[in-house]
Order: sequence, then structure tokens, then C-alpha cells
Amino acid sequence: MNDIYLDNNATTRVDEEVVQAMLPFFTEQFGNPSSLHSFGNQVGMALKKARQSVQRLLGAEYDSEIVFTSCGTEADSTAILSALKAQPERKTLITTVVEHPAILSLCDHLAEDGYTVHKLKVDKKGRLDLAEYAALLDDDVAIVSVMWANNETGTLFPVERMAQMADDAGIMFHTDAVQAVGKVPMNLKDSAIHMLSLSGHKLHAPKGVGVLYLRRGTRFRPLLRGGHQERGRRAGTENSASIVGLGVAAERALAFMEHENTEVRRLRDRLEAGILAAVPYAFVTGDPDNRLPNTANIAFEYIEGEAILLLLNKVGIAASSGSACTSGSLEPSHVMRAMDIPYTAAHGSVRFSLSRYTTEEQIDYVIREVPPIIAQLRKLSPYWSGNGPAEEAGQSFAPVYA
Amino acid sequence: MWDYSEKVKEHFYNPKNAGAVAEANAVGDVGSLSCGDALRLSLKVDPSTDVILDAGFQTFGCGSAIASSSALTEMIKGLTVDQALKISNQDIADFLDGLPPEKMHCSVMGREALQAAVANYRGETLEDDHEEGALVCKCFAVDEVMVRETIRANRLSSVEEVTNYTKAGGGCSSCHEGIERLLVEELAARGEIFVPAGTGARAARKKAKASPVPLQAPQPAPAAQPMTNLQRIRRIERVLESIRPTLQRDHGDVELLDVESKNIYVKLTGACTGCQMASMTLSGIQQRLIEELGEFVKVVPVSSPAHSAMAEV
Repeated sequence: MNDIYLDNNATTRVDEEVVQAMLPFFTEQFGNPSSLHSFGNQVGMALKKARQSVQRLLGAEYDSEIVFTSCGTEADSTAILSALKAQPERKTLITTVVEHPAILSLCDHLAEDGYTVHKLKVDKKGRLDLAEYAALLDDDVAIVSVMWANNETGTLFPVERMAQMADDAGIMFHTDAVQAVGKVPMNLKDSAIHMLSLSGHKLHAPKGVGVLYLRRGTRFRPLLRGGHQERGRRAGTENSASIVGLGVAAERALAFMEHENTEVRRLRDRLEAGILAAVPYAFVTGDPDNRLPNTANIAFEYIEGEAILLLLNKVGIAASSGSACTSGSLEPSHVMRAMDIPYTAAHGSVRFSLSRYTTEEQIDYVIREVPPIIAQLRKLSPYWSGNGPAEEAGQSFAPVYA
Repeated sequence: MWDYSEKVKEHFYNPKNAGAVAEANAVGDVGSLSCGDALRLSLKVDPSTDVILDAGFQTFGCGSAIASSSALTEMIKGLTVDQALKISNQDIADFLDGLPPEKMHCSVMGREALQAAVANYRGETLEDDHEEGALVCKCFAVDEVMVRETIRANRLSSVEEVTNYTKAGGGCSSCHEGIERLLVEELAARGEIFVPAGTGARAARKKAKASPVPLQAPQPAPAAQPMTNLQRIRRIERVLESIRPTLQRDHGDVELLDVESKNIYVKLTGACTGCQMASMTLSGIQQRLIEELGEFVKVVPVSSPAHSAMAEV
């Protein structure tokens, strides 16, 4: 069997139809879409088509609400910095403790510059308290930025309702929907969401292209100024091949939406049930009843995530972990810590994220391979003895250097 | 994914001496769950000869933590306790053909477990004098705790000084923002305000201008208060003294051999010998000496015994 890729929340394989659609734009269709001549003109038409495909996937009212960027992070930064620039009298931001670094690092940086940043807390299942949120909505808030789906656990936030609450209070609402687009049906025209970020490479388009959805009428200040590309809202020559690719990927995502929410979900549930039935002292993190259909995040207690990943990799399975060691930091994932997952489990959390390419045969292979790997590492662990955790693990292990 | 050597992979996939040793008479526990790294080393030592007969490990940790534990047990079996204690964390890393900078703490953990186990065998108690922070400089593997402590102990106020004392920031320079942030906080704590250096190019030009003599001058004009030879040597020794703790932290050291006009002959010892960062260390030492003495000096490393004997004459 070929290697099994279960790390689709990190990035996805580019769809073959997407690749084929892109190829002419490197060779015969190389023109600058801004040019008047036929070389450029045709590219301009292709970009318009791609814009409409993305519009349909998001359920946006106008195609001019789609602004192409270089990535999800750029869309996030553009949205938040625009809100601050357009409303200089407002000095507060609201976000959550479990956002992606694309939002959190920016907010931390803005806090150093004197802005007030409120980070909404989550409970043990990664859910927000909307009463806490409602109490923070006041005239000093420039923007609320809340992710649609969490990248580590797949847990969904009620962004449509939160956007309505913000809009009612006269506050802009942005959502980082990088993980949700293509997996969750969307109808932005009927929502109160002002801005939304997406990233092409999470939905089988290439890396290096993203979108900022910008509701018509939302006050906006560009991050990049220069040429008139994207109606002056994002200067810089368009990455035309990738934008064309993203357009086709959007069409394909819409076509597979049903499959994603039935077949992919079934395989994910099968994987999860299969592993949990065979491995003791393991549990699902996040909110199992309200999450993306493709994501399973399982915490394996008393062992460390990177070691699990290395052994999985050896048997041809690709996944990812919230352990500190995979990122080179000392703390395990901020998402795991925010949900108050104990250290014994947070370091051993492993994320399996499926795609429409995942097969039943692959899932059955993973269900067979995981339990012996967990058992092998537990045999090495000082916190484990025999068939369960070492007696009073915290007490018998007495480190001199901690 | 990390760039692990074949040796690290070998010791991770097929660890040697996994599990506790039966009838162990020396056990050392280090690390904690919160750090994501914990190691228990158990040894069976022959009380009459002090020879380590058997060694085993139990590790909660990443690939390199398990590999470092396995390597350590292989290295110490058959040694006497005193011989084993001579193994530094760098020796463990070398045994594994190197570790990524973010993972050097795994080898430190091995070294500490060994110390803890030996202390346990001898009935001594060890003080936890070790604190570790998030990595600031990835080129030279310097963490936040070390940068902060060095800023505090030496009242440092610029990124350049931090680089000279700790090596942090001396490589690709992408961590300078992080170092500045630590400086801002540490200076604020002692009631000072951090003043950033100008753009690199301008600062260097200004320095050259402000300097009383061109740096290349073979015979520098004496400073305002000329020093006697003895005063000058003592000053040099004081500078080396202040650098020494930083080197010793990495199990290295520096020794002053001779001073001959602008040439200062030193010998790097311990882990500094053959270290690929030795030239960085030397240029850091040279920079400090130039600043302290107010004149241009050249630090010349002396390695071979013949040369050092000559230099000592």
C-alpha cells in the first residue's frame, strides 16, 4: 500500500483537474491580466470565472466581494489591520484563545502596541461562552475575529450567530474559515459576517493563494497599496495560474460537499471508534458532537506525540501532533492547554485529518497499525507499567531536575 | 519534520536497554510531564569496584529523547561511576552524530539523569539548579532563561552585547526582534529604557569615526590613561573571567596563554575544542576585549601543544 496521508488539515493534495486547468496559464496564457492585448485579456476573463466559482462556494452575494490574496494569513492580517485603520477611535479586539497563530500572533503584537485584546476562553470541549462574548461587545471594539472551525480539533464555533451579535452592536466581524471552507456549506449573503479568510491549499488548490471575502459596504483599508488589481484592495500582479486553480478547486469542493459530510464523516467515525476500541487510556479532544467531518484528534495518555508520529511515519502513515516537541517549543499545543487537557495527554495528542481521497482500506490499515505503536511507546514510559498508568504516577516518579 | 541523523533514528526505532534494570541500586529521575520530557535512568553498580554493570531507561518524550536515553545507557555500561560522570551532554549528542539545536536539551536531560542516578547511588542529594526556557536563538541554541539571566547579571542593554555574552543572535539574526523584546522587559525592570541600535550600516560607520584611532592601526595611540603591561594583562584576564561562565555552561573553557602587543594568545579547552562554533566564540571574545581595552587586539587561538609550549616561553 502507498503511504497514507491523514494530515489534510495541514495541507492537501492538488486535485488533478485543478492541475490541468492551471497548466496553460504558465505557458500560452502567460499574459498580465491588466494588459489590454489578447495575451492579457483572456487571463482577465479566467480570473473573473474563478472569482465567480469562489463566490458560489461561499454563497456570497457579489463576485466583487472576493479579493484574492497570497494566503490565508495575508487575508487574516488584511482584515484585522483594515478594521483598525478604518476605525482609529476603536482600540479593542475580541478573539479566542484557540485561534490559529495567524490571528493570535498578530493580536499579541497589537497588544504590545497598546491595543486591548480580549481572548474568549473555551471549556473542556473547546466551546465558547456566548454570555462572556456578549458582555464584551461595546463601542471600543474595532473587530471580532473568531475561527469557523478549529484546525487541531475541528470544533465548530457558532460564527453566524456571533456575527449577528457583533453586527447588532455595530461591530465588524471576521472569521478565519481556512479549515471550514469546502467542508461546511456556507451562505454568506444571508449571514452578518463582514469578512472571511480562506486558503487554497486546504481545499485541493495549490499553496500560495487565498481569499479575503469582503462584504460589500464594509469599510476597508488595503494592506498592500500600489496598482489597481483587485479593485485597488490588494495591489500586486495576480497569481493567475493559482487563482484559476482555486476557482476549479472551489467548484470541485462544492461538488464534493455532500461526500465530505457523509462518506468522509463515516470513515472518520470508523477510524476513531476502531482506535478507541483497541487502545485504553485514549480519548477524543474537542467537541465530538459539533466538529468538521474530516477531523479526529485523539489524545494518547502517558506518551509523547512526536514519538508516535515518527513510528506512524515508519509504517507509512502521516498525521500530526500538538506535542511541544514537534514544534520545537516547550509547551504543548495552546489549543490543548486552553481546553485544560492534562499534560499527560496533551503531549500525546495526535490529529488525523481525512480528505475525499481517503479510502476504507487505508482507514482499516491505520486501525491495525496504531495500537501496537502506542503499546510499544508506553512500554518505554516511566509513567506506565504493565497494562495501565504507573501507581500514583506523579509520586513515584521523583525528578531531581524538573 | 526534524533532520535526525541515522544514528538517532536507529536508537529511536530500536532502543537499547529500554526498561528498568532488575536489582538497580542507582535511580535518577529528571524532567517533568509539563515539559513533555521525562527520563528515569536505573543502574546496577558493583559496590566494590564502582563499575556500572547494567543500565536501563524509561523515557516519556520525543524521538531524540528516547534516542539520547538509549545512547547514554550504551555509553556508560562498563565504565566506573567516575568515568561515566565525565560524559557531557555534547558527548551524548556526538555519539548520536549530532542533534538539532532545538533538541539539544534531550542530551542535557541524559547527562542530568546520570548525575541524579550517581547521587542516588552515593546517597547524596542534588540541588535543582537548572531552568530551561523557550529557544530564542536557533542558530546557537540559546534559550530565554539564559538570555534573561545574562542580561541581568551583566547589566546588558543592547542586542550586540547579548550576542557577545551568549552568542544568541550571532547567526542569521532573525531572533533580534525576540532579543529586543527581552531587553525591553529586563531594562524596564531595572528602570531603564531600551534604546535600539541604528541601522547596522550607519552604526558601524559612526563607530569607526568615533573611534580615536582607525581599527587597522598597527600601533594604536595610547588610551587617555595609558596602562602598564601588568594592568593590561589583568584587564584581559578580567574580561576572560567574565566570559568563562558562559563557556562553562557549554562544558568549555578559555585559558590565557600570552599577550604580545596586539596579539592575545588563548587556548579553548573542554567542549570548545573542535566545536564548530569556536570561531564565533573567539570573535565574540575579541570584540569584548576591544571594547574593554579601548584598542584593537587580535585573539589568536593556540591549539597544538607545541605552539602552546612556544607561546608559554
